[in-house]
Amino acid sequence: MNLQEIFGRVRSFLHKPERDRELDAEMQAHFEIAIEENVRRGMSEQEARRQALIRFGGVERAKEEQRASRGLPGLDVLLQDLRYTLRTLKRDPMFSIIAVLILALGIGANIAVFSVVNAILLRPLPFHEPERLVWIAPADANGLSASTYSADAYDDLLTMNKSYEDVTAYFAFSTPDNFKLTGHGDPKPITGISVAQNFFSTLGVTPELGRSFRKEESVKGGPAVVMLSHAFWMRQFGGDRGMIGKPITLDNSPVTVVGVLPDTFDFGAVFSPGTKVDILVPVVMDEVRPWGNTLALIGRLKPGVSVAQAQAEAKVLFPKFYWSKKVPDTVGGYTARPYELKQYVSGKLRRSLIVLWCAVGMILLIVCVNLSNLLLARAAARNKEFALRSALGAGRGRLVRQLLTESMVLAGMGAVLGLGLAFAITSYLAHQGSLALPLLSSVRVDGAALAWTLGISVGAAVLFGLLPGLKMSGSNLQEALKDSGQGVSDGRSHERLRSALVISEVALACVLLVGAGLLLRSFMRVLDVDLGFQPSTAAAIKIDYDDGGKTEKRDAILQEMIRRVSAIPGVEMAGVSDNLPLERNRGWGGPRAKGKTYKDSEVPGAFVYIVSPGYVKAMGMRLRGRDFGWADDMKGESTVILNEKAANFVAPGEDIIGKTVMINQKEVKVIGVVADVHETNVEGTAGEQMYLPTMRDEWGPSGAELVVRSKVPPEQLAGSVMRTLREMNPNQAAVEFRPIQGIVNRAVSPRRFFVLLVGSFAGLGLFLASLGIYGVISYSVTRRTQEIGIRMALGASAGRVQAGVIVKTLQLAAMGIIVGVLASMVVANMIASLLFGTAPTDPATFLAMVVVLAGVAALAGYIPARRASRINPMVALRNN
Amino acid sequence: MTQTKLDLLQGTLDLMVLQTLASMGALHGYGIARRIEQVSGDEVLLNQGTIYASLVRLQQRNWIAAEWGTSDNNRKAKYYSITKDGRGQLAKDAAYWRRLTSVMGRVLSASAGEEM
Repeated sequence: MNLQEIFGRVRSFLHKPERDRELDAEMQAHFEIAIEENVRRGMSEQEARRQALIRFGGVERAKEEQRASRGLPGLDVLLQDLRYTLRTLKRDPMFSIIAVLILALGIGANIAVFSVVNAILLRPLPFHEPERLVWIAPADANGLSASTYSADAYDDLLTMNKSYEDVTAYFAFSTPDNFKLTGHGDPKPITGISVAQNFFSTLGVTPELGRSFRKEESVKGGPAVVMLSHAFWMRQFGGDRGMIGKPITLDNSPVTVVGVLPDTFDFGAVFSPGTKVDILVPVVMDEVRPWGNTLALIGRLKPGVSVAQAQAEAKVLFPKFYWSKKVPDTVGGYTARPYELKQYVSGKLRRSLIVLWCAVGMILLIVCVNLSNLLLARAAARNKEFALRSALGAGRGRLVRQLLTESMVLAGMGAVLGLGLAFAITSYLAHQGSLALPLLSSVRVDGAALAWTLGISVGAAVLFGLLPGLKMSGSNLQEALKDSGQGVSDGRSHERLRSALVISEVALACVLLVGAGLLLRSFMRVLDVDLGFQPSTAAAIKIDYDDGGKTEKRDAILQEMIRRVSAIPGVEMAGVSDNLPLERNRGWGGPRAKGKTYKDSEVPGAFVYIVSPGYVKAMGMRLRGRDFGWADDMKGESTVILNEKAANFVAPGEDIIGKTVMINQKEVKVIGVVADVHETNVEGTAGEQMYLPTMRDEWGPSGAELVVRSKVPPEQLAGSVMRTLREMNPNQAAVEFRPIQGIVNRAVSPRRFFVLLVGSFAGLGLFLASLGIYGVISYSVTRRTQEIGIRMALGASAGRVQAGVIVKTLQLAAMGIIVGVLASMVVANMIASLLFGTAPTDPATFLAMVVVLAGVAALAGYIPARRASRINPMVALRNN
Repeated sequence: MTQTKLDLLQGTLDLMVLQTLASMGALHGYGIARRIEQVSGDEVLLNQGTIYASLVRLQQRNWIAAEWGTSDNNRKAKYYSITKDGRGQLAKDAAYWRRLTSVMGRVLSASAGEEM
């Protein structure tokens, strides 16, 4: 077929009525000419017409042939089928609405989950050639503190490596609201991250406006500059392009805005899920040099260098680095095993996301089974219609095609609605800033998701349409036409098929329920974890003060502040720490027993908290020994509170309180021991921790969080606490008064997210399965109305009839549950690594879910059973 | 009706139509059908109606052109005439048919000879 003919066919297809008229006229002329000629040859008028008709052959057939050779016959049939389908669906609106809604739920959930999976797992990171980027950290890194390096190590890596095009770093211990913006209304807290000068060039991120940092801006005394995130620039400065080159006031000093980052770059989304970052400033390497391990490293491999090569190099290279070059014996403490940045960002979520994806796929499967079932029920009603069509000459293929068209139309409508649903869900998720999932802000329904929608819709349509299609078109013509549709025995195989569908539906729902149950139980176990502190009724607020770098002045300020805040009615305890658990971490070399020599590698790192008196109690930590007092200052001896783990390391099996330990080569007296606090995550185990007093020169705190424990819900105190802080320091930024529970919630938010989703899928599956059970039982009661009537007339009681129906329902459910439980055992083993404190064979969960499923099934069967028991034998028997 | 048989018939009819129009000039559908019947000595039993599928196909391939006109007896009818493209196609198809028939003839007479 050449192009011209294709155009001709399309034109003919589009101008069908016109072409048909023309053909009619042409044939009309044909007959007239033929008759005239015949008459001229001597035939009678009547014979002439008869002969002309005979010679012409079938008129309709000739027309049909002509249409087929001029237009697009396939499309014609499709349009016919579509028109017919819409008519059929309109005739049965209840069925159509239910079918489309079920499909919309199934498809919508699938698109939404696909979008999440796509954003987090499938799509490459939003950087230039992201596959060459690696995260450089020790193999067993747990939390950021253990995966950072000193500035000296970073410098050595830059000069000594052969694998990387460039290596960049960011300061890993920034806290939220760590800068104060003034000059734009009230002092405003904003969050900034310090990055190495080559950060953006290494990642391949080009500023939307202006430029990124220069070398001279990352040395001590260099020009103070800042880059704004796109969102912050829009929010704070209304997208003013004139901001470039202008100064803003950060922490009371002017800083020049040199660039604005593009919309696609979201530091928090990639490196610190659940936080928003407003500004980026250059790290001054010489400033962080004395602070130890503060830098998180990211490398860009040279083209052609594999990750394995980089790992091999790191094995040799990293032990040569110094913690600090000023202390020669700090060489040799480092290891590293670089791996893909993408793996660092989303690798931990891989399994959970795949489970989620499977769960939602199962929902679609249940939806398909359900739809198949609904269509089969309709098939019974439409048996005669199809028999008639096939008697009129429709081939089996044509009938299957018609039924598949119907499925496609249903799936198409479901997909459109589902897309709407998915748009709503994804845009909701993309704005869940507090959900600690990486790249969540980039979740959206994109081209890939649309392709996925198309794929699953067509797949679903074929899946749920094919079985009823084959079944229906294959039924015996004569029997169907004769069948009165009221017999007792007919449709047995039909019902068997439907029962099989229901059983598989119940089995699928069972697997979902057990999976969700196990995850839910794990989540509850996580919530029950003894965190080592009491998050409820405590809140924290980031405080500002100006101590001029003097420890004594700081003591005075903090003491007064804590005194005043404690005096607020409702406040039980208050204290200050520079870090909070489950947030930023800082690690130092852990405490050592006095007089004992260790190899460096023997001493685990410890998490360090520089705290004021009162903090330990305000956090609700369990303390043996005593808390710090204001007297533990420079005049007294140096003191420390250790956690159990650190105490056990230094003095296993002994009481350490009152003994002296070595911290940073200094003698420090242990005055108390606290229970281990979950400092990095809720689900892992705690590391060593040491709590050091703010009142000592040797441990300078960095930042300060005031923790308040109250007798009333903490949010009620927010106003009065802020007023008190402003009284003492009018420049106190308007930072959030954050409930500690919120910090814990954020830490468990990914698990909460998955449990919520898998749980709602299980609920949906349960609902659909019960719908399927109801459909089948209800249908069989309707069909057997007469039979039940006879039985009742012969003396069966209403209760007996009802019990009979319920027993039948439970038989179906039981078979589904048996299959489902077996399948669940397999599935549970596959998700074992996602469970927490829950065995994959947890009998309680299995039992509970089986009971739930059986209960719902009984309920779904009860409604038709009740109807059956109310059948009036007289009416049922007369009504044939 | 198998696919190959249909194709052959289709091709044959198309070729006959082209040839008829090439030798007779413009004709209406009935005229073409009658002409084919006459030339074939009524050996081809043609349902005249089938000619219209062929005509519309040839027209869309731009091998023939159509125009409404008036017959000798003052009747309106659609008149077809062969185009330049159509003549080219006719020459090609005719050559093909001649080759095919001569080959078929040779093959059939050869096998007949062996049998005797």
